[in-house]
Amino acid sequence: MRLERRTDLSPAMLLAAPLMAVAVSLALSGLLIALAGVNPLAAYGQMVQGAFGSRLSISETLTRTTPLVLTGLAAAVAFRARLWNIGAEGQLYAGALVAAWLGHSLTLAMPAALSLLIIMGAGMVIGALLLLGPVLLRLRLGVDEVVTTLLMNFIIILFVSMMIEGPMKDPLAFGWPQSVPVESDVMLPKLLERSRLHIGLLIAVGAALLIWLVQSRTVFGMQTRAAGLNAPAAVFAGVPLSKTLLGVACISGALAGLAGAIEVTGLKGYVTLDLSPGYGYSGIVVAMLAGLNPIGVVFTALFVAVVFVGADSMSRALGVPSFIADVIVSISLLTMLVALLFTTYRVRR
Amino acid sequence: MSRDTVLELTEITKRFGDLLANDAISLSLKQGELLALLGENGAGKTTLMNILFGHYTADSGTVKVFGSELPPGRPRMAIEAGVGMVHQHFTLAGNLSVLDNIMIGTEGLGQWRSGRRAARNKLMVLADRFGLGVDPEALVSELSVGEKQRVEILKALFRDARILILDEPTAVLTQIEAARLFETLNAMTEDGLSVIFISHKLAEVMTASNRVVILRAGAVVAERNTADTDRAELAELMVGRRVTRPVREDQQPGDNVLDLANVDVVENGRKQLDDVSLTVRAGEILGIIGVSGNGQSSLGRLTSGLVGASSGQMTYDGTTTDRFTPRQLVANATGRIPEDRNTEGAVGEMSLWENAVLERIGDKRFSRHGIVDRNGCRAFTADLIERFDVRGAGPQTPTRQLSGGNMQKMILGRNLASVPKLVIANQPTRGLDEGAIAAVHGELLAARKAGAAIVLISEDLDEVVALADRIQAIFKGRLSAPIAADDADPQRIGLMMAGIWEGDHAA
Repeated sequence: MRLERRTDLSPAMLLAAPLMAVAVSLALSGLLIALAGVNPLAAYGQMVQGAFGSRLSISETLTRTTPLVLTGLAAAVAFRARLWNIGAEGQLYAGALVAAWLGHSLTLAMPAALSLLIIMGAGMVIGALLLLGPVLLRLRLGVDEVVTTLLMNFIIILFVSMMIEGPMKDPLAFGWPQSVPVESDVMLPKLLERSRLHIGLLIAVGAALLIWLVQSRTVFGMQTRAAGLNAPAAVFAGVPLSKTLLGVACISGALAGLAGAIEVTGLKGYVTLDLSPGYGYSGIVVAMLAGLNPIGVVFTALFVAVVFVGADSMSRALGVPSFIADVIVSISLLTMLVALLFTTYRVRR
Repeated sequence: MSRDTVLELTEITKRFGDLLANDAISLSLKQGELLALLGENGAGKTTLMNILFGHYTADSGTVKVFGSELPPGRPRMAIEAGVGMVHQHFTLAGNLSVLDNIMIGTEGLGQWRSGRRAARNKLMVLADRFGLGVDPEALVSELSVGEKQRVEILKALFRDARILILDEPTAVLTQIEAARLFETLNAMTEDGLSVIFISHKLAEVMTASNRVVILRAGAVVAERNTADTDRAELAELMVGRRVTRPVREDQQPGDNVLDLANVDVVENGRKQLDDVSLTVRAGEILGIIGVSGNGQSSLGRLTSGLVGASSGQMTYDGTTTDRFTPRQLVANATGRIPEDRNTEGAVGEMSLWENAVLERIGDKRFSRHGIVDRNGCRAFTADLIERFDVRGAGPQTPTRQLSGGNMQKMILGRNLASVPKLVIANQPTRGLDEGAIAAVHGELLAARKAGAAIVLISEDLDEVVALADRIQAIFKGRLSAPIAADDADPQRIGLMMAGIWEGDHAA
């Protein structure tokens, strides 16, 4: 058996790959649901119901979609340049912590909109800085960024834990480890009355459009693509490889940091250690399912959000453990990788 | 020769997508025969041999070895049946000794003790019998290319191969090494072995083989006893038409454009270029001839701005430096044709227009304030496709889908679209068919006529003699003094390629 590279990759196949991957993932997860003694079709029906069945559930699904779009973009942008940023989770928490700190301590001398801009900007800067370190280490010393970015997550999350149990602990939180809250007038406006949905969703979708424009229309985007697809050719053509990678690192880290700042100012108002149920890691799945396409990220983020929100409801209604959501998302990453193999290569005997 | 048929291929057909790589090919090999499989790149030679050896499975057709049919797709069975293959790209482990490389895979994992001593004896006997002298304990990474090839052949013989297949065996050898290889192959056929070698070089086919099978576009077009044919007939059979390569016209060169003075280049901790000096003038082609692996890559990388000189100076267009950058060179009207068009010349997954403009994307024609002017880029590319006769592609086509020749025309086009001052062409026709070679030669000569200074790095003797005004040989990172092309006879250049040049016996 041999693999031959396909030369004729049709757009239909590119679109079919994630759909097939999701279908196979749902089928495999269905076996597990059946093992739990529930009819998989009923379970999935309940899942869709839970994600879209009411005004509340739709707004919850979209609220969940927001950070996933941003972390998905963070992964998609980096992976396209072969920069393996596994550190979005840590960058998100760092952005969140900075947002909480600024939101609490920025005095009211300036308009709320300006404070919000500063908070968002600071979240992005801290995210970018946290990724620049590993990238510089890779460029200078050849240290694998998969290892450094992954391990940085633990350092940052422990640091956040220290801060919210120590210097930044909210004295009014009855001893719970949570940070001081941001002032109520620097919270992001709601998108929908009587719901948790905030304008962060628009920011995230806007970011996706912007990234798409940068990638497809700018010199920087073209050079990034060349560097990611074939570094020797990019170097030969005079693409400044290090600069390009550093630029990509800034964008990727900033997106993850922004996700954290938006979660704090849009939703919670403070930082706890359950701020993110692994948005940073799920972002990798989101990006891969989207084939690293920024517009696609919006849709795959929605899919992952549906699974998470729907699984909660399924779990309540049918007694299937809600961990099934993690299983579905994880398997869909694996099936997507297999699907990518089959779209890039043809199997021959 | 009424000896037994040892190998018989019948009606072998193999398709890759729309490409018919082998079209009902039949051929047979007799015992003690030295058969040449002649054809251009892409004629289907390597595919056929890979089917025979079991790397590929044929869509239809059968392979018979010593009268019994081989199961398809099983290299192991081919080896057991007595077929040995020496690939164009060696399959040796550089960090193991010669003996280890040869023994690998011949001993079972459960075997209690290694039969090294016996293996070593067997190896020495074989090496002695066929004049394949190697040191069994030497590390493969330290061997020369010719020695590595000997190890590959010994590896096949060690596994008791009675039929040996060699894929383009002389591609990486000097003429002297090649002559020695054919002596070995002759000794083997006299000993009763049978050999097929793949080639597109007419000279060696004429001197070495007993019989020639000519492939073109996936089909056998003719079969000749070597004694009954000549080079001209073979050439025409191979190409299918008369292709005439363009010829250089006399012309007075202008001012010096590029000067290298006593340049050393160290890459990967090794000195790849040693005290290299050269000068190329406007309207002149300087040919650098040599067997691959003698420092050509480093010379190409140095003059393309990818590495710097560790000592010595380069003067280009009046400025002296020890390192160019790709951007400077491109901005200074330098055309660069990289050695490997697939890895350095183009990003296969990107469209043709993106590859056509990538190195000049900063030009006002192609972008403004960091925003790509897609219409400008596509118009430029459409023009380039037209002018340089790039076939089967539009600006939007993914570059990977282009054939080697058409990809090379695109690379030439983007460099020659406006007349360059200097062109660095590193192996510009490697792997191309006759038609594409003629096109590339024509473009290079046109650039010379328009006043460009051209450095042509090549391992093809005919190419260098046809195009270059002056010729320098490269051997182990050193350059010979230039000789005028008109004084060059193949004998003399052959010696120069082996490192033997007047007044300096560097070899």
